Parts: sequence; structure tokens; C-alpha cells
Amino acid sequence: MSKIIITGVLLLMSLNSFADNIAKAKYTFANPQQAQLFNNLLPNLRCLVCQNESLADSNAPLAEDLRKEVYQQVLAGKSQAEIISYLTNRYGEFILFKPPVESKTYILWFLPFLLIIIGITFVGIIARKHKNQKVTLNNQQRQLAENLLREVK
Amino acid sequence: MLPEFGNFSLILALCLALLQAIMPLWGSYNGKSAWMQLARPLAIGQFTFVLLAYLILTISFINNDFSVLYVAEHSNTSLPLIYRICAVWGAHEGSLLLWILILGIWTVAVCKFSRKLPLEVLARVLSVLGLVSVGFLLFCIATSNPFMRIMGELPLNGADLNPVLQDPGLIGHPPMLYMGYVGFSVAFAFAITALLSGKLDAAWARWSKPWTLVAWMFLTLGITLGSWWAYRELGWGGWWFWDPVENASFMPWLVGTALLHSLIAAEQRNTFKSWTVLLAIFTFSLSLIGTFLVRSGVLNSVHSFATDPQRGLYILIFLCIVIGSALSLYAWRASTLRVTTQFELVSRETFLLINNVLLVVAAATILLGTLYPLAIDALGLGKLSVGPPYFNIVFGTLMLPLLFFMAMAPFTRWKITEAKKLLSSLWLVLLISILLAIILPYIITQQLNGAVIIGLSLAFWIILATLKSVVDKASSFPRRRESSRSQIAMVIAHLGMAVTIIGITLSLSYEIQQDLRMAPGDVATIAGYEFTFINEQDAKGPNYDAVILSIAVSKQGKMLEMLYPEKRVYRASGITMTDAAIAANPWRDLYVSLGDPLDNNAWAMRLYYKPFVRWIWGGAFLMILGGLIALTDRRYRVK
Amino acid sequence: MNPKKITITILPLIFFIILALLFWRGLSLNPHQLPSALIGKAIPKFSLTTLSGNTITQENLQGKVFLLNVWASWCLTCRVEHAELMQISESKQVLIYGLNYKDQLDTANNWLQTFGNPYTAVIYDPKGTLALNLGVYGVPETYLIDQQGIIRYKIVGEIKAKDWDNTLLPLIKKLRKES
Repeated sequence: MSKIIITGVLLLMSLNSFADNIAKAKYTFANPQQAQLFNNLLPNLRCLVCQNESLADSNAPLAEDLRKEVYQQVLAGKSQAEIISYLTNRYGEFILFKPPVESKTYILWFLPFLLIIIGITFVGIIARKHKNQKVTLNNQQRQLAENLLREVK
Repeated sequence: MLPEFGNFSLILALCLALLQAIMPLWGSYNGKSAWMQLARPLAIGQFTFVLLAYLILTISFINNDFSVLYVAEHSNTSLPLIYRICAVWGAHEGSLLLWILILGIWTVAVCKFSRKLPLEVLARVLSVLGLVSVGFLLFCIATSNPFMRIMGELPLNGADLNPVLQDPGLIGHPPMLYMGYVGFSVAFAFAITALLSGKLDAAWARWSKPWTLVAWMFLTLGITLGSWWAYRELGWGGWWFWDPVENASFMPWLVGTALLHSLIAAEQRNTFKSWTVLLAIFTFSLSLIGTFLVRSGVLNSVHSFATDPQRGLYILIFLCIVIGSALSLYAWRASTLRVTTQFELVSRETFLLINNVLLVVAAATILLGTLYPLAIDALGLGKLSVGPPYFNIVFGTLMLPLLFFMAMAPFTRWKITEAKKLLSSLWLVLLISILLAIILPYIITQQLNGAVIIGLSLAFWIILATLKSVVDKASSFPRRRESSRSQIAMVIAHLGMAVTIIGITLSLSYEIQQDLRMAPGDVATIAGYEFTFINEQDAKGPNYDAVILSIAVSKQGKMLEMLYPEKRVYRASGITMTDAAIAANPWRDLYVSLGDPLDNNAWAMRLYYKPFVRWIWGGAFLMILGGLIALTDRRYRVK
Repeated sequence: MNPKKITITILPLIFFIILALLFWRGLSLNPHQLPSALIGKAIPKFSLTTLSGNTITQENLQGKVFLLNVWASWCLTCRVEHAELMQISESKQVLIYGLNYKDQLDTANNWLQTFGNPYTAVIYDPKGTLALNLGVYGVPETYLIDQQGIIRYKIVGEIKAKDWDNTLLPLIKKLRKES
């Protein structure tokens, strides 16, 4: 069976000129920057129907509509900020997978780093508490210690 | 009749669990040895009835007993046998019963492997486990009973198991994951017992460690299987989505890893005991919180079970009782402990503290991100999404220092490590790691990629430093037999981490994805591989109809293999599923996933080239192997 | 019990209590539901046709408080909601306009003939362009719009009797009093 398939494949490959039968990309752009903008935007936009998928992955009809909308806007030369603004005006900030950095998300973005600083300080404090206390004796104490040790011997 | 026996069996289990929770504990306070002796038989008895109930449910599935509501909702006569057996844990009620069963398995394991434990300790540990069992059994029987019958007319056939679940992944992922989640209850029980008795000594750490290790290994395995399953099944080529339910499993893993490391210090150096106890409480609390998050409908997740605020309330109350009591006990008892040991700033103790801080902050960050949308909504500030971009940026940054310090860990000594000596022996290794991280990718891709350099530097740093520690030890003094097993385990586990980092770094940085329209005869070229669409065929599966495409994969004209991506329509539910085809080898995956059929026999397809993606899971298996080796160290036999 | 130390050891408990309160509050919230981003904003400009073929724009809708109900013949929940809409329409307490979303002209008209027509007029939006500008993400959805054409409220999912009694009707009365 596999031999038949392989023969068929080789035949097909030899009969077709690669130039004619190259698979066509679903979305074509005027330049690579547009393609990159499109490919960067889609995974970061949330599908509102299948809410745990991005617009890049979702098969929902609304996702398809929104993909087309984003595509049109990218082709029209709109910037990332403009497209995001267009979508958030209609769907709210919920549609963005990356929460914007604004007053209500300061805690979200900065608390982790604050916690690290607190944690490292904590480590420092604990290390200091556990530090080996080197004791130094003055002459009188040393004499007393030596006397006591002689007694024990 | 049989389902009624199942229900009755659960009720009997609940009665025994109640006795198990109360009597041995009471006995330990009154010195009643007879009551403490009851702990083992009660626990085993409870487990027997839970097992019976579980088997009865499984038999109901195998026999297609659609008079049982749960079976009717999640099974079908055409569902293949293996999936009928696994469908038991495919939804809320059944998976809850699995949870209870696995708790029973761990409890019985504690009964069996505890000959050396003082009776008082064993009694209390089993009582705590019994308390947890009571909570879950009560929850199950009262609000989520899998043995509910359908009143009135019986359906001719069931609604079928969700097609997304009809995959080999369902066989391994949930049971392994639950073994991990639930397994941390043992460390939790030991921690509570230690707090109750006020005795936090090295013995306690020595008893807890093997249990924690095994639970950690299972959790690692469960998470790995889940990631691999999602990658194969969902067709988007992704292996981690920072979905709330995924996060619910990752947080206990992070804190569990911290716990594992902290137990080392607690056992060997008799230090950090109070902190270790807190970690043990945190780890299991995160498991319980995870259970709440998944089953209450409070978060937006693709994994959540069918939700019901009433059930959520019940779990929340249970959570408050268990975690609230544990943390109150901790607040009270731990405040009486004093610092007894000494160590310097640069020492293995400090490195362990750094490890713990970074892991716990990482877990806290994931908790923050997961719960933030809920918090914003609860405060009336609107609806927000916190998705992968957030977690990737913040968690990724937190991991960098952890990986950096991890490499140096084998070189640290207890109590004091000479910082100068440490740096002088390692700076060259660091330099070599960074140079390799810059040169190697450049040779292959002719480009410099910042993320790749950072990721590979850290991975190579860990690998080279860890291997150097092995070489150093082998060449210095005669190996001491006892410690070498643990050392090998650490080396392998840390190397595993490095392998996973390499997999993540390279697959994310160099993967190529293309969305294409392909008609029969078309060829797509990605990363030097040609994908030729040959033809499509119809096929009939046991419970689905499929269209199978034949795609030939070749490299520079040389034929490599055939791929057969499918589009399936499951007959019972009418749901359409896409089955991706993957050509895998250790160095790269080639992945084809079907979109929708287009005009002229063409199809929309997504093609991926994913280099080194298998290393992600390969590294995880190395970590598990490390754990296994650590288990065989003679010091940790607790028979 | 060391008073100084307990202030530290009690922190985890306090943190957990806050968490539990958050969870408790969360049980009464719905994480899937999106409030409209357009509350307080004007209905978007549009120029489409109705199901009967006449042109309709946002200007035609100005001057009265009304409900804009997004529906489709292929939407099962819309059929469930239909009875409630008929009741509201017959009570003559507010105008209801329809927005027929991604549907076929004939199928939509037949649907209304079969089940009844509660709408003063139905905007035909086969491509979903107006719906996109409104932030529609599922059917059925209903917007409450005031006399100046400002969107005041949105219900996601079908309108139930209690939604009408407890939320919509009081709000409609309030809007009318204000003008």
C-alpha cells in the first residue's frame, strides 16, 4: 500500500511544476511588516465566543469575522494602536489577552517584582539572624575561661 | 440495583471516614491505644467501600446502563470500550469519585508503609486524611452523586463523551494529575500532625519527604501528559495556555518543588522547619483551591466542569474549614518556634531560601494573574483578560534568576560556602555557556536572537555547571555510597530542567507557522520541508465519520513520511473535531492541522515546523527519573 | 505564644481569608458575560435595509426609547425568548426594533410569519457589520436605547420575565421621566 502511495507521490511531484502548485497563503499582505503586525495581533486578541482561544486559533464564526476585519485594517495601513482601539471601543478591554498597563492593573504588573524584593530582603534578614556569632573575649574573660578549662582537666 | 449499591457503598465509606477522622485523633489525646489502633482498619475499610463504588460506576459505563444519569450524559453504545472506562472521570461527578478513590489509595499506602512511625503520629496523620475524605465524600453524596438515576423514560442511547476527550490522553492525564494533587495531602497531614504535637524535628521531615517526592513525581507526570495531549489534540500546536485550570495544577507544582527542596534543609540541617510546614500546608491548599476554581464556575476556563454556584459554595465552605484551621494552627503553634541553627550568608541554606522565595513568588504571581479578572469584576471595575502575554512576560522574568542560581547549587556547602572559591571555579563555566549560546544558534540560523541567547545561556550554564560538579566530586575524594544516589538524582533532575528550557526556548523562537489554502497537488515549503497534498478519502471510525487527507512530507525531494490529518464528525453528538497529524523526531515536529474545506476540493490548513519541541516533555521525564532515583536512596526508606 | 512572632505567622491566615471572601463574591458573578463597551455612547451610524426592503438609518430610530433585539432564525435561544418579546410588544410599553444577524432574507421573514412579529421594524444585517460596531458577540442580545440614541443598557442572552420587570421597565420609565 505504501509503495503505491510513494509511487503516486513521486509521479505527482514530477508531473507538477512546483511553481504552479505552491499552496496559497490564506492572507496575503503588501509587505512583511503588515504580515508581522497581523500575526502578532491575532494571538493576543481573545475570541469572545470560545473565550479561551485567541482570534488566531478559534473556529467560531465571530472570530472569522473579526479576523477579516483585522486583516482589512492591516491592509488599509492602520497601526496596531488604531486596530486595538477599534476593537476595545466595541468589545471592551476584555478582548485583549495582554492587560494594558493602567491604574487598575498596576498591582497586576508590579506586585510580582515587589514580592521578589520583599522576598530577597526577607532572605537577607533571615540569613543575618542565623549568622554565626563570633564571640571575642576580653583579657579577664579569657583568664576565667582558661582557669575553668584547667579545672576540668 | 447495582447503582443503588454504589450509592450505599459511598454512604458506608462516609461513615467509616467520619470514624477515621475522629476516633484515632481523640485516642491520641486520651492515650487510648485501642482507638489509635483503629486508624488503619478504618482507613482500609473506607477505601474498600470507595473502591467498590468506583468499580460499580465503571461497570455501569461498560454495560451502558443509561438509567444512571451520569452514564447517559457522558457515554454512548458506540463509544469504544477504553473510552467508556475512562469516561468515568470525564466530567464532574465521576472525576470527584476518582479524587476520593485516589485519596483512599494514598491513605492505604500510608497505612502500609508506616511500620516505623510512632502510633500517635500515624493515628493523627490518618485522622487528618480522614477529615479530608469526609469533606469530599459528603460533597459527592450530597451535591454531585454519580449514581443518580433518571426518573421516567430512559433514553435509547447516551449523549456520548465529549469528542475532545476521546483521545489516549484521557487515559493517563487525569489519574496521574490527581495522584499528584491528592498526594500532597500526605505531606499536609504530616505537617498538621507535627503542629498538633508541637514536635517539629528532623524525624518529621524524614517521614514527609518520600511521600512528597512521589506526589511531586506524579504531578509532574500529570502536567506533562496534559501538555502533550493538548498539543496533539487541539490542533493549534500549543502546549501551554496559562488557562486557569492549567495554572491550578502548576501552582501546587511550583510550591511542591519548593517544599521538596525545603525538606532537604529541614531534614539534614534541622532548620526552616516552621517554613517547611507552611509550605506543606500551602501546597495542599493550592490543590484544594484548584478543585474549587475548576468546579465552581468562578473563572473562565475551557477545562471547567459544568458549574453550579451551589456546589461552589459547598467547596468554599470545605476550603475554609480545612485551610482556615490549618493556617490558624500554624499561626498559633509556629509562633513558639525559635531560630536554633546557624549559617552564613553564602551557604546552601541561603541558596535554598532563594529557591523557595523565587518559586513561591512565581506561584503567587500565577495566582495573581489567574484571579485578577475576578478581583476586578468583584470590585465593579469591569471585565479584564489576563492571558498568555502577561504570564509569559512576568513568569518568564521570574524564572531567570531561579535558573541562574540553580546551576550553582551543587557547589554550595551547608553552613558556609566560600564565595570567592565559588565564583573563581564557576566564572569560566558561565562565560563558556554564554559564548556557546551565542555561537551555536548563529552558526545554524545566521542570526542573533536575544531570547535564544538568554534561554540557551541559562540552560548550558545549568548543564555545564552541574556536570562539572559531578566531575569535581568524582575526582576529589572516594565517593560515599549513601549520598551518591541523591546527588545523581539532583544532577538528572536539574539536567532535565535544562533540557526543558532548551525545548521551550528553541521551539518558541524558531517555530514556523503557515495558514494556507491547499488543493490536491499543491506543495507547501516550510523550513526546507515540502508538504504535498495528495488526496482525500472518506472513512468510518467506530463512532465517527471522517475525511482523511494524505499529505506527503519530503525534504529536498527525498520522501520522509506520509501524514494523515483528519476531520471527524462524531455521530452521536454531531460535533466536528479536527485530528492533527504529526511527523515527530527528537529534533523537530512537523505538524498539519485541517481548517475548513474550501471550494474546488481545496482545504484550509495550518502547517507547523516546531524544532526541539519534544525536548520540553523529554526534560520533564528526566525530572521524574531524578525523583525516582532519589526515592531509592536508602536513607528515605520508611517501611 | 510569642506576640511579635504571631503577627507574622498569622499573615497566611489573613491572606487566605481575603482570598475566601473574593471566592465567595465570585460565586455570584459570571465570568463569561461581557458588559457592553458602548454604554453611554451613541448607536453607531449605519445605512441598511429592513426585512421589508426599505432603507433604514440610525436617524429613523431617534426620538423614542426603544429596545434593539439582535436575533436570527438559526438561533434556538431566540425562539425561546420570542414569547417574552411578543408579550412586551403587546403590552405596548416600549418599541422593539430587531437586528437580524447574519441570516437569509427569506428565512428571516418566514420565521417572523410563523412565530409572530414583535418588531416595529427589523434591520437586515446579513454581513454583521452593524452588529460588529455594536459589539455583538452572540445571539440573542438586546440593547436599551434612549430618545437621543444613546445606548443605556445591554442584556446578553435571552430576556426573561424578571429582566423585564426588575431591570428594563424601571429603566425605561426613568428615561422617559428624564426627558
